[in-house]
Amino acid sequence: MASTIRVRATANGDITEVQALIQHPMDSGYVKDAKGETIPPHFIQRLTFEYDGKAVFIADWGPAVSKDPYVKFSFKGGKKGDELKIGWVDNTGATDATSAKIQ
Amino acid sequence: MLSRNDLLATRRVILKSAGAVALIGFGDTAFGAFPALAAANDKYPEDAFKQKSDADAIKALFGKPHEASDKVKLDAPEIAENGGVVPVAVTTTLTDVTSIAFVVSENPNALAASYQIPAGTVPAVANRLKMAKTTNVIVIVEAGGKLYSATKEVKVTVGGCGG
Repeated sequence: MASTIRVRATANGDITEVQALIQHPMDSGYVKDAKGETIPPHFIQRLTFEYDGKAVFIADWGPAVSKDPYVKFSFKGGKKGDELKIGWVDNTGATDATSAKIQ
Repeated sequence: MLSRNDLLATRRVILKSAGAVALIGFGDTAFGAFPALAAANDKYPEDAFKQKSDADAIKALFGKPHEASDKVKLDAPEIAENGGVVPVAVTTTLTDVTSIAFVVSENPNALAASYQIPAGTVPAVANRLKMAKTTNVIVIVEAGGKLYSATKEVKVTVGGCGG
């Protein structure tokens, strides 16, 4: 299966800018479907970015993060060609992970 | 995925820096809040995400008061046509930032997202949040063991939680 995670990491001098877009329904548990039945909560709880064996960014999310979540941050010290690892786990225990080369 | 050890190592770094700041001189409040800080970094803050009101969510996540600061810049639209996808971003000139949290006051559960900022990561985050109706958005920046905030009202014309 194709990864749910799309990442672009760009090194510019000392700073590496990271943008991630993840395919996930992020159901809040407050929305009803066409039949009037509540769609159960289904959302990513923790998203982690790791570079050189260290976490550079940890996101803890509730169901109020939009569907197909997007996040942007920057960290110091990333080098072009190095790998950034990204992984998430949702409230049902499902996970996905990928890695991206810093450009 | 990160191994458990990696997460532990990161946490140690975060706690160490927070502890050092506390020793330098924020005194009683920082020490008193230390167990809460450790808990916040330990694992997913389930309890904070379950709180209904903004005040309870902030209390559950950080366990200490916050003060408004002009060093925290919250970027959110005045009017959001679609409450399901509202771009919200924060930047700050504060140093020693360890975490950033977004709170949407009028949502059924106020806490939307909480980010851990390890040393070396720039204290700025952009993300997209759902808003049930017109609401205040509060961003809390934890820097040097203290909490700083910025608040902005976003007018929502179509809510993001009602479907």
